[in-house]
Amino acid sequence: MATVQASMAGNVWKVLVSEGEEVKAGQDVVILESMKMEIPIAAEEDGTVRKVHINEGDFVNEADALVDVE
Amino acid sequence: MFSKILIANRGEIALRIIRTCQKLRIQTVAVYSEADADSLFVRQADEAFCIGKPQVNLSYLNADEIIRVAKASGAEAVHPGYGLLSENASFAQKCIDEGLVFIGPSPSILSAMGSKIEARKTMKQAGVPIIEGVNIPLENEEEAKEAAKSIGYPLMLKASAGGGGIGMQLVHSDEELVKAFAGNKKRAESFFGDGAMFLEKYIQKPHHIEVQILADSHGQVIPLWERECSIQRRNQKVVEEAPSPFISEETRSCMLDAAVKAAQHIGYTNAGTIEFLVDHEQNFYFLEMNTRLQVEHPVTEEITGLDLVEEQLKVAAGERLALTREAVQRNGHAIEVRIYAEDPKTFFPSPGQITEFELPQGEGIRNECAIEAGSAVTPFYDPMIGKLIAWGATREEACTRMQAALDQFKIEGIKTNIPMLKKIVSHKQFLKGLTTTQFVEEYYLPELTTTK
Repeated sequence: MATVQASMAGNVWKVLVSEGEEVKAGQDVVILESMKMEIPIAAEEDGTVRKVHINEGDFVNEADALVDVE
Repeated sequence: MFSKILIANRGEIALRIIRTCQKLRIQTVAVYSEADADSLFVRQADEAFCIGKPQVNLSYLNADEIIRVAKASGAEAVHPGYGLLSENASFAQKCIDEGLVFIGPSPSILSAMGSKIEARKTMKQAGVPIIEGVNIPLENEEEAKEAAKSIGYPLMLKASAGGGGIGMQLVHSDEELVKAFAGNKKRAESFFGDGAMFLEKYIQKPHHIEVQILADSHGQVIPLWERECSIQRRNQKVVEEAPSPFISEETRSCMLDAAVKAAQHIGYTNAGTIEFLVDHEQNFYFLEMNTRLQVEHPVTEEITGLDLVEEQLKVAAGERLALTREAVQRNGHAIEVRIYAEDPKTFFPSPGQITEFELPQGEGIRNECAIEAGSAVTPFYDPMIGKLIAWGATREEACTRMQAALDQFKIEGIKTNIPMLKKIVSHKQFLKGLTTTQFVEEYYLPELTTTK
């Protein structure tokens, strides 16, 4: 299982996937908003989304778990 | 004149306003979020009140709380700075309704100029040239394609309520337009609460040149020359200078006249900026009007010797401008660079703790900076952490001073765009004054890949 982490601190602007969804490596799964900029966060490997740890509007710190992919 | 004002902003611009107030013996009230409790501007203000959590919508955009603090502290006026609530008509109206002076133009001007579509129509009526385009909001892809047919590609798709490059995209074909439309509309809705979109003809390699004006409530409008702000990344300015090295005296004089005409037509008051795009033949077109103090106002101050915040306060207090167009002489050349907390290659933000910090000093060097060693750059606000300004008797001297100052600038702990700024201000195209809005794409980014 791989956990997609926040690359920097910020607010969760958009959650683009839901649990059970198939994703491909490189596909954006979450968009963070940090310092007035959209930061897309992509899955690193192919798999199925097992868990979404965050909700839109949440604040996350760098390295916080966003989504588990298996 | 006022005896006490509230500053509804943060960072370097809050400090900048405090400085002028201290000079004029006006008491200052700062408002701050929990994330800014240790900031310089909070300590420098005569009074400071925490107004909420770090996120802007819970603090710096909380109009009611800011107005409550203003009244409770006995402030007579509110300076909104730039960004945040500075162009928010309902905030300005609330201030007025509560008996506070809003330091800026009237709410009706804020809303008229806040809509780019409305502003285009108004400027056309005023006789100011606008870019060929549509003056009605486009509902969907079909309407957009229809409009595109009558103007012709390439086109800029823009959000009427947009700013900072958000909701804006260059499109070359129906296919690209359709692909870009929904996403940008959605982005505009989410960022500005208004998804109205329009199209403008794309001007190839334009210069972004803006005219600073001051207008009092007695009908006097005075232009304070222009600023060249063509060097941008992510559609946001990075390097600004005054005067523009590109336009002729004849173009300059026409642009200043157009700006005065625009301000007079709408009955503008306070400091404002009319932005123009200028093509390679020096034809100029209205882009938008910024109804507030601009980030880059220091370059105008450096060449005119004026204090724009002081002028804003005087105008807001009902005084007459003690200036004439002829009396505002320009002297020398000034360049400003914006210091951003970001990766100089990807332009991604870089929040963090600043460990070492030392500002450059020297003849003609001015710093507008709100951080110090130990400051934390948080992810909640704009990545701009300061501005460095260099003045010289000639453009060449200003460039040399800027290069030396950037070499001296010491900041550790976070990434900044200083390496990028050094490359720009020593680039031969820049030194020749050949700066278009494509500068970063044409001359900066390619060097990154070839010198690796």
